[in-house]
Amino acid sequence: MSERLAVNKTYKLFIGGAFPRSESGRSYVVTSSKGDFLANAARASRKDARDAVAAARKAFPGWSRATAYNRGQILYRIAEMLEGRRAQFVAEITAMGGVGVKQAGEMVDAAVDRLVWYAGWSDKIGAVLGSANPVAGPYFNLSSPEPSGVVAVVAPQGPLLGLVSVIAPVIVTGNTCVVVACERAPLPAITLAEVLATSDLPGGVVNILTGSAAEIAPWLAGHMDVNGIDLTGADPELAVTCEELAAENLKRVLRPPAAPVNWLADPGIERMTAFLETKTVWHPIGV
Amino acid sequence: MTTPLAEVASSPSTLRAFLHGLPGVDRVGADARAAMLGTRSIKTTAKKQAIDLAIGMVDLTTLEGADTPGKIRAMCAKAVRPDPADASVPPVAAVCVYPDLVATAVEALAGSGVKVASVATSFPSGRSSLEVKVAETSLAVAAGASEIDMVIDRGAFLAGDYLKVYEEIVATKHACADAHLKVILETGELATYDNVRRASWLAMIAGADFIKTSTGKVSPAATLPVTLVMLEAVRDFMAATGRKVGVKPAGGIRTTKDAIKYLVLVNETAGPDWLHADWFRLGASSLLNDLLMQRQKMATGRYAGPDYFTLD
Repeated sequence: MSERLAVNKTYKLFIGGAFPRSESGRSYVVTSSKGDFLANAARASRKDARDAVAAARKAFPGWSRATAYNRGQILYRIAEMLEGRRAQFVAEITAMGGVGVKQAGEMVDAAVDRLVWYAGWSDKIGAVLGSANPVAGPYFNLSSPEPSGVVAVVAPQGPLLGLVSVIAPVIVTGNTCVVVACERAPLPAITLAEVLATSDLPGGVVNILTGSAAEIAPWLAGHMDVNGIDLTGADPELAVTCEELAAENLKRVLRPPAAPVNWLADPGIERMTAFLETKTVWHPIGV
Repeated sequence: MTTPLAEVASSPSTLRAFLHGLPGVDRVGADARAAMLGTRSIKTTAKKQAIDLAIGMVDLTTLEGADTPGKIRAMCAKAVRPDPADASVPPVAAVCVYPDLVATAVEALAGSGVKVASVATSFPSGRSSLEVKVAETSLAVAAGASEIDMVIDRGAFLAGDYLKVYEEIVATKHACADAHLKVILETGELATYDNVRRASWLAMIAGADFIKTSTGKVSPAATLPVTLVMLEAVRDFMAATGRKVGVKPAGGIRTTKDAIKYLVLVNETAGPDWLHADWFRLGASSLLNDLLMQRQKMATGRYAGPDYFTLD
């Protein structure tokens, strides 16, 4: 009997709940830090970005209207699925090089915990940011946070923890997103997409593109149907370009952090508030 | 052809013999040809030209039970000036409404050059007596409609009663007077491409100025292969009689990409002579916004968003 051939995974994009190849047909070689070949990943084009925005827009009404309880449950479910694939993620992260098995395991654990942490926030953020405002008249005046819409995310460098830490706060409040994964470490991002696809997360809520952020991000920043952009993973030059483009339709912009972020630390709620806007309603007080 | 076209409708048997004597459509071939033409790449300046051509060919349509005079007026304003921020966008070809709203549309479009089309003959099912259908057509024409979109009696057609369908089209054409008559074949209910070819010829012999794929109320509505078969029919009819008939796919055309595929199909099947709003129309509502968004993308270099265009 001949020796069995290994069946290798084709790493594709994640758009609208499906895993298409890049419209452009392009791919690029992903290597470990030592230069060893790991896989070919899809190199997304601007048209993939456009399709991803369309998918995110389509998913927005359903996801933003889902109850906070339901969104929390789904984030928790993502954490469960991620936990179930712990070994696979550890293997992918260590294959990248530069990280030992123990450290990789800690990163995956932290990513699972981060999802659970944000899942808990889904029905509490409204209580923290909302308010009943005193007004000079016989009215109830109530403010509550609402999701902005479609958010483009330039994911930070690194395989998994940073990625989860930027996606979870955007979607837990009801936004949908288009994520440009770290160019050097796209493989765990696509494996995370497989986790998302099996977690009851509606298709299109999270769309993941792999390829060059410098190529794709400006198109997302200039897109008139994108409501916010998180530039955490953008280098300073790209961040300036994107922020200028984002001004045209007054996108909410989260600038890249001034100092390197310790993703293991308590994140606080700033990443959630960046893409929330406050709605205030007046209602007459009855008898 | 053994029988001159003028005489084929002299009896049920000659009409039947003529329609069934038309060559059959190679279904696989038609599908493959339409799919192949759909892969043509139309970019940059050609795309710009195609978008403006397509905008000028749109029959901006609203055929809902919930249509109000206010909605018709809003749609007419959009028909004349599709993008309020950009005067270089051409107006659409026509608006298409139910007969009772024709007068509102005529008033709103006075002097603009945009035509008013009205559906008639018990749209969309066509299930009524000939008297009612003719009366409805006359009323729509009297109200000012310059184009009438009639539906054929699919029940009679499928039962093989071609002469009844023929006579209804002739009677409606007569009631139209100077108004253009578009005959809706409702290809989604005709089952085969052979039937589409027969219905196309039947409508053209009976005097149709346009043949139209669908009402938009039945799925599938317009498809590329069905439009291909109809374009072949108008081309062959032109060759046989010298009379030029237009084609209007309607329903399900929502994106610029789809619209451009239809333009390619027209150019490659009937020929460039048909690439004009007088001979080819696109029945659509949401398509117009996508055309405008693509047009803006080409002008500004950034992807456009639906928030910046009117809803209709």
